[in-house]
Amino acid sequence: MLTWMAWTWPTAFVFIGIFSAMAVLTVLEIRHPGGDERRGILGLTTTRGDRLFISLLGSVYIFLAWLGLMGEPLWIPLGLAIAWGVFCFWKV
Amino acid sequence: MKTQNNRGWFFVLPVLLLVAFNALIPIMTVVNYSVQETFGNNVFFWQGLDWFQQLLNSDRFHAALGRQFLFTGLILVIEIPLGIIIALSMPRQGVWVPVCLVLMALPMLIPWNVVGAMWNIFTLPDIGLLGYLMNHTLGINYDMTQNPLAAWVTIITMDVWHWTSLVVLLSYAGLVSIPDAYYQAAKIDGASNWSVFRYIQLPKMKTVLTIAILLRFMDSFNIYTEPFVLTGGGPGNSTTLLSIDLVKIALGQFDLGPAAAMSLIYFAITLLVSWLFYTLMTKDDAK
Repeated sequence: MLTWMAWTWPTAFVFIGIFSAMAVLTVLEIRHPGGDERRGILGLTTTRGDRLFISLLGSVYIFLAWLGLMGEPLWIPLGLAIAWGVFCFWKV
Repeated sequence: MKTQNNRGWFFVLPVLLLVAFNALIPIMTVVNYSVQETFGNNVFFWQGLDWFQQLLNSDRFHAALGRQFLFTGLILVIEIPLGIIIALSMPRQGVWVPVCLVLMALPMLIPWNVVGAMWNIFTLPDIGLLGYLMNHTLGINYDMTQNPLAAWVTIITMDVWHWTSLVVLLSYAGLVSIPDAYYQAAKIDGASNWSVFRYIQLPKMKTVLTIAILLRFMDSFNIYTEPFVLTGGGPGNSTTLLSIDLVKIALGQFDLGPAAAMSLIYFAITLLVSWLFYTLMTKDDAK
């Protein structure tokens, strides 16, 4: 049934990761409603969901920029993306 | 703690299912395609990030992306101010209001491929009204199948003709919602027309203008049908915008892997620009 979707393990893990993050946010939201809204250092009012979105979108650009300018391997941009995610949840 | 009623989620469920089937599952499939090579028959070969790397360093992609930004930039710079000016000059009451509104709405009712075909015939040098006028009456060499500049002028004019109305109608909706008291106060203070526009009308139109700019950005950035029917991306590649190039790669060359990678980069750009713009425009409202 799923052959037409041409799944591979690496892409499956990407989506499992994103959906797990969303599940974690859902659990957090049920435990602590309100989305933990705050005004971060970029002057934006963000909730937990916004911060996840900014982390993911930023990571996409970190990887694309590295791939376009430097090429593979992608360990350094992986580190940068994780750092960016931590920064987003901590300060933004 | 306040008791929360979560029954509302059930009402969102149908939309969620719909979005899953028409957006989420297709986009997951595109992600899967973007790391593989296929020759059909559901046979795939792992390719890793080769397509992305190839695309990011491809002159063809850079050129199409540049043309796309030029097109979107030009139509925003023309359509937004023009739409505001037309909305400001439209009557606010009387019998001419419905006439103006219907006239404004007409171009938007025409299907995109028909708009392309109309403008194609309109600009033909031998039989088209505009083409004949330019070439035979005014003596200006105007042939969009030969001259890239003519092709660009035509697709920009066509988009302005087709979509400025959207900006007009949204701005007009913003304008008519301003209570008379504001204008009276401005009159008592002796405010100039510019001050009235700058401090009353523009701030009141901000929300609808945000929507108008976002819609025009996304629509023009993803535009396919009209330029495809009008110029087919030519002459040469001079009007090959991102979407036209994407379809050439996906359906013309049947390179589904590279096309999937290109779609994802295309999507990331649309997402980033829309998010940045929306965030910047609504930043002050949250204060």
